[in-house]
Amino acid sequence: MRAAMNTKRNLVTAALIAPAAAWLFVFLVLPFIAMLVFAFGERAPEGGYQAAFTFAQFANLPARATAFWNTLLLAPAGALLCLVVAYPTAYYLAVKANPRYRLMLVSLVVVPFWTSLLVRTYAWMYILGSRGIPNLLALIGIEDVRLLNTPGAVLLGIVYGYLPLMIMPIYVSLEMLDRRLLEASADLGAKPVSTFFGVTLPLSLPGVMTGVALVTILLLGEYLIPQLLGGGKVFFIGNALVDLFLQSRNWPFGSAIAVTLVAVVVVVLMVAMRIAWKVAGTRQVDLV
Amino acid sequence: MRAFISSVYLFLYAPIALVVLFSFNAGRSASEFTGFSTAWYGKALGNTFLVSALQNSLMIAFTSAALAAVFGTMAALGMERLGARMRALFDALFAAAIVVPGVVIGIATLVALVAVFSFLNPALAILWPGDRPPQLGLGYGSIIAAHGLFSMALVTMIVKARIASLGRDIVEASSDLYATPLTTFRLIVLPQILPSILAGFLLAFTFSFDDFIIAFFVAGSKTTLPIYVFASIRRGVTPEINAIATLVLVASLLLILTARILMREKRSKSGE
Repeated sequence: MRAAMNTKRNLVTAALIAPAAAWLFVFLVLPFIAMLVFAFGERAPEGGYQAAFTFAQFANLPARATAFWNTLLLAPAGALLCLVVAYPTAYYLAVKANPRYRLMLVSLVVVPFWTSLLVRTYAWMYILGSRGIPNLLALIGIEDVRLLNTPGAVLLGIVYGYLPLMIMPIYVSLEMLDRRLLEASADLGAKPVSTFFGVTLPLSLPGVMTGVALVTILLLGEYLIPQLLGGGKVFFIGNALVDLFLQSRNWPFGSAIAVTLVAVVVVVLMVAMRIAWKVAGTRQVDLV
Repeated sequence: MRAFISSVYLFLYAPIALVVLFSFNAGRSASEFTGFSTAWYGKALGNTFLVSALQNSLMIAFTSAALAAVFGTMAALGMERLGARMRALFDALFAAAIVVPGVVIGIATLVALVAVFSFLNPALAILWPGDRPPQLGLGYGSIIAAHGLFSMALVTMIVKARIASLGRDIVEASSDLYATPLTTFRLIVLPQILPSILAGFLLAFTFSFDDFIIAFFVAGSKTTLPIYVFASIRRGVTPEINAIATLVLVASLLLILTARILMREKRSKSGE
C-alpha cells in the first residue's frame, strides 16, 4: 500500500516536471552540445558548417580581439558608472524618501527596465544623432559635434538601459537594513559620515555586488546598444557574433566565440559568487 | 540630494517622453515641433508590413507565455516534491536559461535546429507518402521555443518563490479534513499562487514581445515587431518609427503595470 502510494507520488512528480525537463533538454542542453560540436568544426566553402575536429576556430579567436577588449572594458566600466548613479538613488529611495511616495518612486524606477530596450536605445539615437543635440549646439555656434557612434554614446546607453537593474538590488539591501544600528551608531557619537562608511555602506555591499554582477553579465552579451549607439565603430562580442552568423556565415568560428563568451560569463559569475560568499547574507532580489 | 534624484528621474523619462512628443509632430523635423498631428499613427497603422509584424509578435508572445505559464507552474509544483539532488540540477538548468546571454541562446538554437532539420528533412522526403513532403524550417515555432525557454525559467522562479512563502499548515489542515490532493490543490494552493502565475505570464509576454536578439537569429523569414523596428531604424530615423515606438511603449507599460499590481496583491496578502 505504502509502496504503491510512493510510486503514484513519483509518477505525479515526473508528470509535473516532464514538459519543462523536455523543453530544457531540447532547447537548452541540446543546442549547447550542438554549439560545442560546431566550435570544433570547419566552415563549409559555401558557408555554414562542415564536420571536422580542429582547434583552429579557437586559435583564430585573436582575430576578434577588438570585440573582446571592447566588451571586457566597456561592460565593467558601464556597470561601475551605473553604480555611481544607482547608489545615491537607491539610498534616497530606501532611507530618505517619504514612505508615502516610496512605492510609487520605486515603481517608476522598475518600469523602464521592462519596456523595450530597443525603443529606449532608439530614443538616444534620436537625441544624440545629428538632428538632436549637435543640431542644438550648432544653433549657439558650436559646430561639428559628434556624439553618436562614440564609446561615450555606448556608455551613456548602457547606463540608461541598465540603471533600473542596478538600483533594485541596492535598494533592497538598504531597505532591509536595521535602522536601530544607525541610531546606535549615532548614539555612540559617530558623525553621519562615519555612520555611513562604517555601517550603511558595508551592510549594503551584498546588494552592490548583486547589481554589479547582474549588469556586467547582461552587458557581456549586449548587442543592441553598441549596434545603435556605436554604429559599427564600437562593437561588442554580440555584434561580432551577429556578423559571423548572419553576414559572413562562418558558423564554426562564431560558435567558438559564443562558447568563449559563455566561459567568460561563467568566470564572472563564479568570481561574483565567491565575493558574495565573503560579504555574505545575500537575499533574493525581486526584479518586479 | 533632491536635485540629484530629480535629475535621475528626468534622465530615465525624458528620452522616452521626447520620442512620444515627436510621434505627434505634424512635420518631419526631429528637432522642431511644428504642430500636433496623429498622421504618423495613421501612416504606421496603414503599413501592412508593420501590422503583420505586430500580429506575429502578439501571437508568438501569447503562445510562448501561455506555454511557459502552464509548464513553468507545473515545474515549480513538481520541484517541491523532488529530492535535493534533482532539485539542484533543475535549479541550475533554470538559472542557466536566465543567465546565458540572449545572443548565445539565439545562436545555439539556430545551430541545433539547422543541424536537426538537415537530418529530418531528407528522412521526411523518403518516408512521406505524398508527393510533396513538408519542409521543416525556422519560423514561428523556433521563436516560440526559444522564448519559451527563458519565460519558463522566469515563471518557475516566480511561482516557486510564492509556493515557498505559502504556509504548509493550511495544506496539512486540508488533507487532515480528508480533501484529496487534487481538491487541496484546486481549493487551497491554486487560488494562492494564481496571481504569481498571472504575473509570470505577463512578464513572459512582455519579454517575448520586446525581445529582439533571440528572434533575430531564429526567425528565419518571419518578422516580429522588434525586428521590423530594428530594420526601419537602420533605414533611417523617421517620425513613423516614433509612432511605432510609442505604441510599443504603451503596450509594455500596460503589461508591466498589471504584473506589478498582481505581485503587489500577493505581497500584501502574505503580509510582507
